[in-house]
Amino acid sequence: MTDNTTPADEPLQAIEALADKEPSKPPRSRAKDVWDQFRKHKGATFGLGFLIFITLAVMIGPMLYDVDPQKPDIRNKNFRPIYVALWDADAKTGWLKPLGSDQLGRDQLAQMLSGGRASMAVGWAAMVLSLFIGTAVGVAAGYFKRIDGLLMRTTDLFLALPILPLLLLAVTLFRQPLTASFGLEGGMFILIVTMIAVTSWMPTARIVRGDILAIKEREFVLAARSIGTTRFKIIRRHLLPNVLSPIMVSAALGLATAIITESALSFLGVGFPSDFPTWGKMLADAVVRMEEFPERVLLPGIAISLTVLSVNYLGDGLRDALDPRIRGR
Amino acid sequence: MLSYATRRLVLSIPTLLFISFVIFMLLQLAPGDPMAQVPLTVPPEVKQKMREALGLGEPPLVQYWKWLVQVFWTEPKVFIDWAFGTNMTEGAQRVISWQTRSPVMDIIIQRIPQTLWVVGTAYVVAILIAIPVGVYSAYKQYSVFDQAGTFVTMIGFSIPPFFTGPLLIVVFSVQLGWFPSIYDTTHVVNDWGSFKIQLQQMIMPVMVLALQITAQLSRYMRASMLDNLNQDYVRTARAKGLSEAIVVNVHVVRNSLIPVVTVIALGVPAIFGGAIITEQVFKVNGIGQLLITALFANDLPMVMTLTFIFAVLIVLFNLVADILYGLLDPRIRYD
Repeated sequence: MTDNTTPADEPLQAIEALADKEPSKPPRSRAKDVWDQFRKHKGATFGLGFLIFITLAVMIGPMLYDVDPQKPDIRNKNFRPIYVALWDADAKTGWLKPLGSDQLGRDQLAQMLSGGRASMAVGWAAMVLSLFIGTAVGVAAGYFKRIDGLLMRTTDLFLALPILPLLLLAVTLFRQPLTASFGLEGGMFILIVTMIAVTSWMPTARIVRGDILAIKEREFVLAARSIGTTRFKIIRRHLLPNVLSPIMVSAALGLATAIITESALSFLGVGFPSDFPTWGKMLADAVVRMEEFPERVLLPGIAISLTVLSVNYLGDGLRDALDPRIRGR
Repeated sequence: MLSYATRRLVLSIPTLLFISFVIFMLLQLAPGDPMAQVPLTVPPEVKQKMREALGLGEPPLVQYWKWLVQVFWTEPKVFIDWAFGTNMTEGAQRVISWQTRSPVMDIIIQRIPQTLWVVGTAYVVAILIAIPVGVYSAYKQYSVFDQAGTFVTMIGFSIPPFFTGPLLIVVFSVQLGWFPSIYDTTHVVNDWGSFKIQLQQMIMPVMVLALQITAQLSRYMRASMLDNLNQDYVRTARAKGLSEAIVVNVHVVRNSLIPVVTVIALGVPAIFGGAIITEQVFKVNGIGQLLITALFANDLPMVMTLTFIFAVLIVLFNLVADILYGLLDPRIRYD
């Protein structure tokens, strides 16, 4: 007897190409895809971790370590950091001043914490403001054809401005009127944040405009318009979410530039007043004594550099994670 | 192409005029008074005369116009006088610095060589390092060299010059004593020994500047190489039997250089701006340092002219970058 009959108990098998494919795993959200890709980038994960750490440190740190950073303590001046005792037993160290103290006896750890607070506050505020201006200009220029030319010429004009000289100029010129009306620290904070934002929104505006120009011609915007969605709702519900990824990348880069610019201004002596510590200010003050006390240059310098490095890595990782062409490779 | 270049050149004139106007009006708001140093015993009418002698008596628009005339009309004539020994500007008013009471342009001309030497050398060094690094790390993507290179460029990108500068001074001038920490601009190079000293004092500022530029350029070069390495023409070149060296060094590198060249051109004015900090750290008395001192001394004509020069550099090199892009890449058409 030949074996060409099919056994009746075997289930019927469709041709492989025609078989329905059950989804092997549940559908994944976009956010989870992005997060998985982001985690693959080691530098970016480190960057995010360090940024969270430093932000928490400067926010909570001054509460835990509540030494007044401005209080002079002449008896305990010129302490070295505690770790110097490891190789130099004669050095003037003590747990009283964990990171040492400066020539007036002001505690370095407290200064680092509150200086970091100022630097990070300026960085975040300037970044948010510059993103806001950049996005507003970019969206307006991309969506409303009538003002596109004008806005883009303005952007080009701003790009042609010499940024650092102008910043120096504005900060020295407007120091007095603003500090008169908002107080010394408040006035300088407003001035520096505004100046950094006003001189750094242009790349964001260009990128956002380019993306808006492409997206607003897509079908879903047409569909939204055809059912009578108002312009501002289209912008808010349909356009802005789609340009979120370039905005986030330029947010990271903007934070890095803002921190560096603030430190540069403080370093050149046009930033915050001299008794108000920021990392750049501490570095600038310490340069004259860096032979005897190298740690006073190194600590704020390393803090600035590590923060900026981590933010840059974060931006790199975000760019990879948010780019659908790279994601999933 | 020529018409495009002409159009851009003509367009840049109103841009520059507008920028100069903005800077001038900003300076009008300056709270400082150039007469603040004059003793109180000087009677007010004399003070008023001194003020007028500084060109402060007129309304702002007239002052602005006079500044324009001095910079665009008198100064070129002074230059021609100096170059050809003619005598056109006898007694003409030039832009005068409030600090030194001497023509601003003369001081700038004295300072520019120092800046050009340091910044120019740094730029050349950076380009020479960045391009091979970018090419190799893209060719061996994800290799150890690439990983290390990307890490180092990221660090160079992140560490600000006002930190690397003091760091280098601590290590190389204080601890090792190899290089002087201050750039001596009066040093004259006339023999081998003095050339060596010049080289030694240039190394650190050049290193600081070059680190930043290298970091940026090699990232661009790597990205541009990666874009090109997967193109069809590379496969064609390999398929027709060209050696790998020719494929990479002739075909791919040449194409990848197109965007990088424009980035190099765009970076030139930024380097002048960024050199302000490096000049301040190493006490190079170039134009960046001149700007800072003028700013603190409330020397408005000097600040105005210097800022304007920076603006001219930016507009000029933007133009150069666009034209270079069109010249190098035949696919780009501006017309």
